[in-house]
Order: sequence, then C-alpha cells, then structure tokens
Amino acid sequence: MEIKQISVFLENNVGRIGEVTKVLAEAGINMRAISIADTADFGILRLIVNENDRAVKALNDAGFTTRETNVVAVEIKDIPGSLAKVMELFQKSKVNIEYLYTSPEGKEGYAVVIFKLEDHVKGMRIVQELGLSTL
Amino acid sequence: MIFNPEYESMDENVRKKLQFARLKNLVEKLYGDVAFYRRKMDVLGITPRDIHSLEDIAKLPFTTKEDLRETFPYGLLACPLAQIEEIHMSSGTMGVPVVDAYTKKDLDIWGESMARTLAGAGGTRDDTVQNCYGYGLFTGGLGAHYGAKTLGANVIPMSSGNTQRQLMVMQSFGSTILTCTPSYALFMAEEAEEAGIDLKNLPLNKGCFGAEPWSENMRREIEDRYAMNAYDIYGLTEIIGPGVAFECEVKDGLHINEDLFYPEIIDPETGRVLPDGEKGELVFTTLTKEGTPLLRYRTRDVTFLRREPCSCGRTTVRMNRLFGRTDDMLIIRGVNVFPSQIEQALIEIEGTDPHYLIVVDRGPTHLDEVELQVEVKKEFFSDETKGLEGLRNKIEAVMKSKLMIGVKVKLVEPKTIERSMGKSKRVIDKRKL
Repeated sequence: MEIKQISVFLENNVGRIGEVTKVLAEAGINMRAISIADTADFGILRLIVNENDRAVKALNDAGFTTRETNVVAVEIKDIPGSLAKVMELFQKSKVNIEYLYTSPEGKEGYAVVIFKLEDHVKGMRIVQELGLSTL
Repeated sequence: MIFNPEYESMDENVRKKLQFARLKNLVEKLYGDVAFYRRKMDVLGITPRDIHSLEDIAKLPFTTKEDLRETFPYGLLACPLAQIEEIHMSSGTMGVPVVDAYTKKDLDIWGESMARTLAGAGGTRDDTVQNCYGYGLFTGGLGAHYGAKTLGANVIPMSSGNTQRQLMVMQSFGSTILTCTPSYALFMAEEAEEAGIDLKNLPLNKGCFGAEPWSENMRREIEDRYAMNAYDIYGLTEIIGPGVAFECEVKDGLHINEDLFYPEIIDPETGRVLPDGEKGELVFTTLTKEGTPLLRYRTRDVTFLRREPCSCGRTTVRMNRLFGRTDDMLIIRGVNVFPSQIEQALIEIEGTDPHYLIVVDRGPTHLDEVELQVEVKKEFFSDETKGLEGLRNKIEAVMKSKLMIGVKVKLVEPKTIERSMGKSKRVIDKRKL
C-alpha cells in the first residue's frame, strides 16, 4: 500500500529528536514507524503516523522543516528468508531501493517493511503485479 | 640595520618639505592627466593652486574601494600604458578586483620599501630569504622578492604551500629569514614538529609576517617554536603591496615609509583629519607612484599614529597594530572576504534562503577555518541524505570558486540563526586577534 511518510530535518544537536516526539505527543499523534538517517552534520527523521495532516501542522508550527513523501509498506511473514524473497523480486524487476525500515505495526506473525523506491510509480506497479501483501 | 638612513632617519622638518613637494607634484599630475581625479577635484572646487602646505591635503578628495571598482581596469592610470612593466591584482573582493600597475620606477620603490622592511627585521645582504608568500597576481610574493633583491640578499622563491618541500629547503639551504603569513608559519611549525625537525636549531632566526591580522600571542608562539624574532609587516595592493609599514627590532608599532606613502587618520563618519594619537581610519596618499597613484585612499583599517622618536633611530611615524576595520571585511588566510559576497552567492543557489552565519576560527592547525551555516529552506529539504549532501556540496563548490577559499558548509534548521531587528549579525569571528 502507498502511504505517506513525514521527514523532519534535524541538526545533530542534543535533544532534537526528543523535541519532535514531544510535539507529537502533545498533539496526540500515534507513531507507527520511526527511523533516522544520520550524517556527520545532520539527520533526517522519518515517521509514519496515524494522522498525517495534524502531525505535519504540529511539527511546522513548532518550527520544524518537514516533507511528505510516498513510500510503500509491504507486509511479510515473520520467518527467516521473507525479506530476502522480496528483495530478490525487486532486484529481478530492477526496482531500486533508496532506503527501508520496519514498522512494529504488523499483525501477529507478520512484519511490515517500509520501502522508499527510486521510481515510486513503477515500484508500486511492480509491487501490485508481484502480488506482495501490502499494508 | 636601517636600509636607507637618508630617508628613514630624516629630520622631521626636512621630511615635511619633501612630502609637500611630492604631494604638490602628484596633485598637479593627477589634475592634468587623470580625468577621474580632475572630476573629483572639480566637484570640490579645488585646483592644484589651492595646495599651499602639507595640511592642505585635507582639502583634497578621498579615493574609495568603490572608486577603484568604477575605474577598473585602467581608469586610474596616470601614465601611458607602454610605461607599465607589471600589473598586480588583489584577491577580487566585492566583485571587481583592485589593480596596481607599476612602472619601472614604481617597481624600484616597491623593492626599496620591502628592502627597508627586511632590514627592519635585521636583514642584510648576507641573509637567505625563504619567501613563502604566494607568487603571482598577489602582491606578497613578488613584493618580498624584489625587497630581498634590493637588499642584496639571497632569495628562495618558494611561493606558498607544499609544506614538506618548504621544510626540506629550510634545512638544506639554511634560510635565515622567513616571509609568509603568520598562520602559515605556525602551520609549518606543527608539520615540522610532526616530522621531528628541530626548528630551533636551524639558521632561521627572523621572520616578516603579514597579509592577515595576528596577535601578540601568535608572535610569542612563532618566536618560541622557531627560536626567532617575528615582525609584523603591513601593506595593501592599492598602495603598493607589502612594504607600506614594518616593525623594527623594537617591535613597538610599525614604521610607515612616509616619504613614499603619506598617512592620515580620519574620522570614518565625517572624513575629518584626526590628530596623532587618536584612533580612526587609516588613509594613504602615494607620494611618488607613477602608474596608479592614489589620493587619500581610505583603507578601512583602524589604527592610530605615533610621532614619538623610536630608539631604533628611524624618525618615521609609527602606526599601531590594527584594531579592526570600518567595514565588515574579513581577512581569511590572507584573502579579503566580504559577507555580501557570500550572500549574493547563496541567493544564486536555488533552494537556500539567504539566512546564514559565518563562523571564523583558527583550528588546531592555526589556519583560518570558515564554517558557513545555512538554513535549509522547506522547498529544498529532501527525505534522502544525498539530496541534502548534494545541496551542501554545491554551496561549498560555489563558495570556493567565488571567494577563492575553502568554506565548510553546515546545513541548519530554519529559523535557528538569530534574526535581529536592525543589521543582522552575519559573522562570528572567534579568532583571537
């Protein structure tokens, strides 16, 4: 399934991630997945939340730079080799992955993997063609 | 040693007469031959006939950096181009570089003023000068080179950089005088220490350092590490390059070669000439130059003048170490940088707000380091690190090509750089100068 991810620009300063989670907590937003990409100088916090618009507004109001991006959430069986199988399919279809992370949101016995694909439209089509179970 | 006692130790009254005669000549020549100055004097309703004494210089118009920009490249030339033997250009600040065109006589004067400078540091014809100022359009390299030749010393034209080779030459050829920027002297000392070279036991025993501001602490550190005497020297491309003023062995103020470059201190707001001892903007008139002579050039450097006699025997006026600038120019690794240049470059780069902060510091290497903090505009924010790193690299590349110095760019969150009501604070200079 295609879902919206919120990215937040962060400087590498003490307490900045805490600021984001505080803003979301005060707005009553529930997070479904969180991941951070860090470099020596800055970080990009990536979030999947239950209410995008409210979350973005709360973060912007608090002075954060945000961006919404389309990502794909794929549900896979929580057993060895599940992700490897998906990766093999992506590779065969020449779908390039920018980054991925997991969400604890899956139903019993399943895991959810969030993919940012280089070519989102093509990626989505292939995900559907492959019959991957999406969230 | 005093290189030219006739002029450097001249009786004050005799010098004033000489300066007046030279000024009178200069004004007549500028009024007659340089349309730019004739216009300026006409606006003020002044002709050379109005100059009756040295003090009358206050009636004459100033020359500013903006004037130099407007007259680029040859608008201030006071002699036929055929008489010009060499052209230098400053580090290209504010969009248009500053030109200094030298006739044969101008080059002789330059050699003379730099010979006086090297002699002020105790240099003689027996010395070997390791000249690590950059050779080329920059006046530092060739200025020191001509000075060493005029002095009759041996000069090794190293130019800047290539530290391993500098140290090899220093050891092999037994250099006795080092000429470079003070920060480069310290950088070389660090490298020497790492390579296990004992600088204290080398023949090197004196250094003439300039082209950037430096502190007494830096002097002590250089003197300590090299076991040498370190002297401050002052100059600027507009006037001649290095050789305008220099410290003698007393190291208490810089002797101005005032028979060649006439100094005044003015109130930068009103333009009024201030008495000796009062702090203000340093202004120079080139009394003897033929190629691109300047009338009352406003340096934007702040200092004061001291007339009391110096125990070295020179009678020339001394200027104090600089206190700063009347504009916001920064000198970074010897290169002049204006915050407005950085701002213009940022505006040209898509995706960046011109909200920035320049932080200048001297790192462990003793070389100036610049961090440019730039706020990331929402439109340019990317969820991928490569997007932001691309932005950072692009800004760094543009800065490098526009400013001629390397700048480390740090992307910061929007609205984190302090906004002030009036003039924004764009620069934090942490260097202890």
